[in-house]
Amino acid sequence: MSTRRIRGAAVTAALTAAVTACSAPGGGSGDGTSAESVVLGVASEPDTLSPLLGYGKDGNSKIFDGLLARDADLRLKPALASALPKITDGGRTYTYTLRDGVEFSDGEPLTPADVVYTYRTVLDAKTNNTFKSELDAVEEVEASGDDKVVFTLKYPYAPFAARTVLPIVPEHIAGKQDPNTGSFNTEPVGTGPYVLTGWSKGEKLSFKANPRYWGGKPAMKTFTMAVIADDNVRATRLRSGDLDGAVLPPNLAATFKGDDAKRTYEARSYDFRAVTLPTAHRVTGDRAIRRALDAAVDREAMIARILDGAGRPAYGPLPVDDPAFSKDIERTQDLGRAGKILDEAGWKPGKDGIRSRDGQRASFGLLYPSGDKVRQDHALAYASDAKKAGIDVTVESATWEVIEPRMKDTAVLAGFGSTGDPDFGLYTLLHSSLAGDGFNNMARYDNPAVDRALDDGRRSQDPQTRGAAYDKLQRALVQDPGYTFLTHIDHLYVLADRWDGLNTQLEPHEHGFASGPWWNIEDWQPKK
Amino acid sequence: MARLAGRRALFAVPVLLVVTFGVFAIAAASPFDPVKAYAGTAALDADQQTLDRLRENLGVDRPFAARWWHWLTSALTGDLGHSSVMRQPVAQVIGERLVWSALLCVVAFAAAVLAGTLLGVLAARRPGSLVDRTVTSLAYTLEAAPVFWIALLAIWLFALRWDVLPAGGLTDTGSAQVTPGQVTSHLVLPAAVLAVSQLPWFTLYVRQGVGDALAEDPVRGARARGLSERTVLLGHALRSGLLPVLTLIGSRVPELITGALLVESVFSWPGIAAATVEAATAVDFPLLAALTTLATAAVLAGNLLADLLYGLFDPRVKLSDM
Repeated sequence: MSTRRIRGAAVTAALTAAVTACSAPGGGSGDGTSAESVVLGVASEPDTLSPLLGYGKDGNSKIFDGLLARDADLRLKPALASALPKITDGGRTYTYTLRDGVEFSDGEPLTPADVVYTYRTVLDAKTNNTFKSELDAVEEVEASGDDKVVFTLKYPYAPFAARTVLPIVPEHIAGKQDPNTGSFNTEPVGTGPYVLTGWSKGEKLSFKANPRYWGGKPAMKTFTMAVIADDNVRATRLRSGDLDGAVLPPNLAATFKGDDAKRTYEARSYDFRAVTLPTAHRVTGDRAIRRALDAAVDREAMIARILDGAGRPAYGPLPVDDPAFSKDIERTQDLGRAGKILDEAGWKPGKDGIRSRDGQRASFGLLYPSGDKVRQDHALAYASDAKKAGIDVTVESATWEVIEPRMKDTAVLAGFGSTGDPDFGLYTLLHSSLAGDGFNNMARYDNPAVDRALDDGRRSQDPQTRGAAYDKLQRALVQDPGYTFLTHIDHLYVLADRWDGLNTQLEPHEHGFASGPWWNIEDWQPKK
Repeated sequence: MARLAGRRALFAVPVLLVVTFGVFAIAAASPFDPVKAYAGTAALDADQQTLDRLRENLGVDRPFAARWWHWLTSALTGDLGHSSVMRQPVAQVIGERLVWSALLCVVAFAAAVLAGTLLGVLAARRPGSLVDRTVTSLAYTLEAAPVFWIALLAIWLFALRWDVLPAGGLTDTGSAQVTPGQVTSHLVLPAAVLAVSQLPWFTLYVRQGVGDALAEDPVRGARARGLSERTVLLGHALRSGLLPVLTLIGSRVPELITGALLVESVFSWPGIAAATVEAATAVDFPLLAALTTLATAAVLAGNLLADLLYGLFDPRVKLSDM
C-alpha cells in the first residue's frame, strides 16, 4: 500500500467517525417524551437479583412477587396467595392458598413446591443469604394439596405474615443450580410485572413488561434503572434529558423547583439518624448524661439546616408518621432541663465549661462513616448542642472497618429503619439479648422494661396488646435513652411529569432502587 | 524469532507465579473484610451469626497460600473460579468486559500512533518553527495533565456545554440493545481522551527520531540526489526515525492499561476497570488474580511485540542475538 493510499484511508476513517458521532447525538433517551418508557437514575444497584440471596426480600421487586404484597399505606394485601393467611394454633401455623393461574415469565405454572423450595433454600445455612435470621421463627414449611402452603413456627410470631412478602423463585430453574453461584443471580425468572432484559453491571438494568403477568399487562412497557453513584452526575443527566427521574439529595432536588415539566416527590421514611450511647462507656453509660443529651439536641434546627427541611424530628425509632407512634412524647430542645438533670446527678461544670464528676470529664468520642455528608453534619451539630449542656463530644470519621471494633465503647452516628412492622426495626435495635451481636443493638442497650415490651409486641396477635406494648417501649426509651434519636430523613425524587398514579410509601433506610415513586410502576398511566 | 518468543514464554511462567502469589499476599494483608464486601450494605444490619456463617461459607479464613494454590491448580485446569463480588464465574466477568476494554484500548492506541506520527513529522520538518514550537509545548502540557482531568474536561465541554457527545456508558441509557452506531458514538470521547493521554510521548519521540534522521548522511544524500521532499521525509527519515519508537510501544502497554482504568471509571465504560477496582476493595481473590494475570500477560506480550518489531524492521538487529 502506498503512503498516499494509507493517508487517504486514515482521513476517510476519521471522517466516518466524526459523521457517526454527529448523526447519533448522545444524551437523549431515544424518544424523550414517550409515556410508555422511562429511564430512572439510582445511586446503587443490587449485588444479585436472586431472592434466595436477599434481593427484594421486603417485597419490592418488579421481577418477582411474594405470597403477600404491600399497598401504598404499607398494608398487607394478597399477591401470589389468593387471600391473607389463615392463622391457627395460637399464632404458630400460617396457611396460604395460592392464586389460580399464575405463571412464571417462562410459561411454567407457579406451584406450592416453588414456595417451599424458596423458603427452604433461604433457610439453608449453606445459602449465603444475609437476611436468613429474619425467618428465624420458621420451624417448617410444607406443601399441602396442590394449592396450599403451611408454615409452622417455633413460637407465636405476630409479624410473620409481613415476612411472607419474600419473592418466590421457580424451582424448575433455580433448583438446578447452586443458589450462591448459579446464573439465576444475574438471569432471574419470576412472576412479577416486569422481565429483566439486560443488566450491564455498574451501568444499568433494563426491564420490559411481562405479558404473562397475572395482574394484567402494565401500561408502562419498558423501564431502565441507570446506576449513577455520584449525586451531581445524576442531577446533570436528569437536567440534560438523559434521565426521566432520579433520586437526589435535598440540595440538588431544590435546583429543579422552577422546572414545570418535573415534579418533586418527598417520601417520608423510617430512615433515622441517631447517636449510639454505649452502655460500657463511663460517660455515655450514665442515664443522666443520656437524658441531658436528649434534652440538649435541637432536632428542628438539624432538619432546617442539614436536611433543607426534608425530614422530621425523631423522638424515638418510630417516625411521627407511624400509626404506632406515641403522640405525646414529642419534645423540643431544653437546655435548662439538661443542666438541671446533670446538676442533680452530680456533674459539675468545670473551668472550661465541660462538666465532670468524681474526676471523670463528661466527654466521649463520636464516629461517623467517612464520606457520608449527612451523617457528618448531624455529628457536628450534635457535638455543638452537647457542648451547650457542658458535654464534650469529639467527632471523628472512619471507615466501617475501623468503626466496628470500637462500637463497644465509642458513640457512632448510626442510621437504620425498617418498614413492615415495628418489631422488625425495634427488636434488633433494642433487645438486650442481641447486645453487640454484629450490628444489632450497637449501643448494647439493656432495659428490662423495653425487653418485656419487645417480647409482648412480638408474641401477641391482638393489635391492641401490641399497640400498648410499643407505646410502653417508646415511653421507657424517653426515660432511659440508649440512643439519641435525631431525625427521620425524607427521601427526595425528581420525575418528569408525564404519568398519573404516582405516590410514595413510607420508606425504609434502604431506598432508591427498590422504593421510590416507582414502587408501583406497573400501575402508572400515561397522562391524558 | 520462534526461539525468542519461546524463551520469553518460559520466562513469563515464574513471573506470573510470583505476581499472582503477591496479589494473594497483599489482598490477605489488606484491611478490607471480604465478608462485609460480599454482604454490602446488608452487613450493617446483620447479626454476628449471619456474618460468621458467611465467613464460613465463603471460606475466607483459610491461609492465603492455600487459597492461592487452590486457585492456581483450578486455573490450570481451566476453572478460573467464582467471583464473590460479581456473583458470576470469573470467566464470564472477563468475557463480558474484556471485549469493551480491548476495543477502547485498540482504537485509542491506533489513534495515538497515527496522530502522534503525523504531529511528530510535522514538527520535525522545520525544527524551531512555529508548528514545531506549538506541537512541542502542547505535548509537554498534555504530558503533565492527569488523564482523569482531561476526561472530566472533555465531558464538561463535549457533553455538557455543547451536548454533541454522550457523557458516559456503552449505549444510550434508555436503550436495551447494543448497536454498533451507539457504541461508536459512545466510544468517541473515551477513546479520544485515552489517545490524547498517550499522544505526547509518541509525538515527541517521532519528532526527535525524524529530526535526527533528517540530519544523517543517508537523508542528506537523498536530498542531494534531488529526490522530492516527500520521499525524503516519509521514505527515508520517517522509516529510520520510527525505529526507536517501535521499542517504546511495548513498554507503554502498562500505561495504556492504567490510563484505560481511569478513563473507564470516568466514562462509566463497562470494561475491566470497574471490575478490577471492585475486586480489589472486596478482596475478591479469584477475580483479582485473574485480572492481574491478564494485565501482566499483556505487559509481557507488549515487550515481546516491541522486540519482534525491532528485529524485523532494524537491519542492524538480529533476532537470533536477542
